Amino acid sequence: MTTFFTELSGMLTDPFMRRSLTAAIIVGLTAPVMGTYLVQRKLSLLGDGIGHIALTGVAVGWLVGSTMGLVKSDALAIPGAVVAAVLGSVAIELVRERGRTSGDVALALMFYGGIAGGVLIIGIAGGTNANLMSYLFGSISTVTITDLWLTVGLGAIILLVGVGLSSALFSVSHDEDFARASGLPVRGLNIAIAIIAALTVTVSMRVVGLLLVSALMIIPVAVAQLVTTSFRRTMMVAVGIGVAVCVVGLSITYWLPQSPGAMIVVLAIALYAVVAALRPLLVRRRTESRDPHPDILDDVTLDQGAPRCSA
Amino acid sequence: MSQTITSDETSASDGPGSSAAPAIEAHGIHVSIDGSHILRGIDLTVRSGEVVALLGANGSGKSTLVRSLVGILPTTHGTVAIHGTPLGRDVPWQRIGYVPQRVSASTGVPSTALEVVSSGLLYGRRIRLPRSARADALDALGRVGLADRADRAVGELSGGQQQRVLIARALARKPDLLVLDEPVAGVDHPSQEAFAATLTALVEQGTTILVVLHELGTFAPLISRTVVLQHGTKVHDGAPLVPLGDHGAPGHDHVHPHHDEEPGSSLIQDTGFPS
Repeated sequence: MTTFFTELSGMLTDPFMRRSLTAAIIVGLTAPVMGTYLVQRKLSLLGDGIGHIALTGVAVGWLVGSTMGLVKSDALAIPGAVVAAVLGSVAIELVRERGRTSGDVALALMFYGGIAGGVLIIGIAGGTNANLMSYLFGSISTVTITDLWLTVGLGAIILLVGVGLSSALFSVSHDEDFARASGLPVRGLNIAIAIIAALTVTVSMRVVGLLLVSALMIIPVAVAQLVTTSFRRTMMVAVGIGVAVCVVGLSITYWLPQSPGAMIVVLAIALYAVVAALRPLLVRRRTESRDPHPDILDDVTLDQGAPRCSA
Repeated sequence: MSQTITSDETSASDGPGSSAAPAIEAHGIHVSIDGSHILRGIDLTVRSGEVVALLGANGSGKSTLVRSLVGILPTTHGTVAIHGTPLGRDVPWQRIGYVPQRVSASTGVPSTALEVVSSGLLYGRRIRLPRSARADALDALGRVGLADRADRAVGELSGGQQQRVLIARALARKPDLLVLDEPVAGVDHPSQEAFAATLTALVEQGTTILVVLHELGTFAPLISRTVVLQHGTKVHDGAPLVPLGDHGAPGHDHVHPHHDEEPGSSLIQDTGFPS
């Protein structure tokens, strides 16, 4: 037991680990907030699409950094990802708003263009695909102080908008037509969601990597809605789950030499499996007493002497 | 989205936003969706205190009309003014309540009846809930007889109850103009009765109502004017129509077996083209 606490305090006093844990907590807080809106809008894969586009931003930032002769050629990678992700997600939103069937194809073009463009541009910038790997799969252990401040700042914006405007964002995500018929600024709110989704992707990029960002936005929400009935509670439970899997997953990799991003996502999926399996026990009492349509009169009756079966 | 301000005589003399302006005033509305011309020049005025029923066959453009009147669908031509203000940010949105046709597909994340009704308290530039939101939403739920189901997930409610939740959402902001799109289609009988009672009380308080209906049914006593659409044009605007044969009789079954006299005709009508 003493060794456990020694190890734990060793982890908590390690400056690298402290930075990583702070970043992980911010990601655990913000990704599920955003994910709740995306799941409600049935746009679960939007995070994936933004992630693909952000990769081109990383490469462009790298290219700009190396042409400017910066000491660290990747100094502009994250700002590049932020710009590309915001532009890409706003473009996706504008395509979605028009509701054309060709929108689907336009999205596919952006997704694959994002990956291919990223690989080509990083080559032009004199980097290799290996340089992109840390963005694709995360590299939380290399989080610098600057990265951390950027993460804190972006995380604050995400929470401010995502929680502060939760009623309006709920309204527009729940029933866009009704929001329009209420005179709400629907396009502005949709673009706000697109922008904070993009910021969430870039914030999560260092922790779980662009390929797994979507998992951290969606899986905690999927777990939460197994046991909840309200939107607000789903978001709160999802945030709790997000923080828990991020902290636990990262801590495990302090002792096991594994990828933190992959560990966090596998933990989240395992949690989903456990909760889904236990769900009948957790919610049985609630559903058993509930007739799904308690107020519908029985219009078929056995009054006229039809025999009731004995079961 | 070409909603230009017209200097219409009535609204110009009354001044925009004055209480004397009609609740809804639409001129020459044309709407095209994906190339099909659904509405072909509709004029419609609903004055304060009127209860107007909008009737027509499937595909005649009833839903499209009300959806463009409340600003969901853009019009290709024509103007719409609500309480004397052209559609846009300056419309007094808190005075309008819109009830859509029930969408059976539930959204991805569960939400409670109270949460859905609370979203009716946001309108225009008000994008944050007021302090009294919970009390106001509970009050609206009470008016449709669902106060005891406030914390239940909407997906767990019956179809009729879900429809009543949507009505409560529109009532939450206490509008003086209600626009309802087939509010009782596929609704169980207890909910229909609760709904008729709610509407009667609203009409007595002077609420203006525009309601899309398939049949007048239980609403007949409330209706002061009937508008009939056919293939995207207005073919009747005046006194409530007397139903054909026994269609208006209480208990008349409006579900008919298909005779298929004109094969494919319903599809042609759905595109909005005259057959």
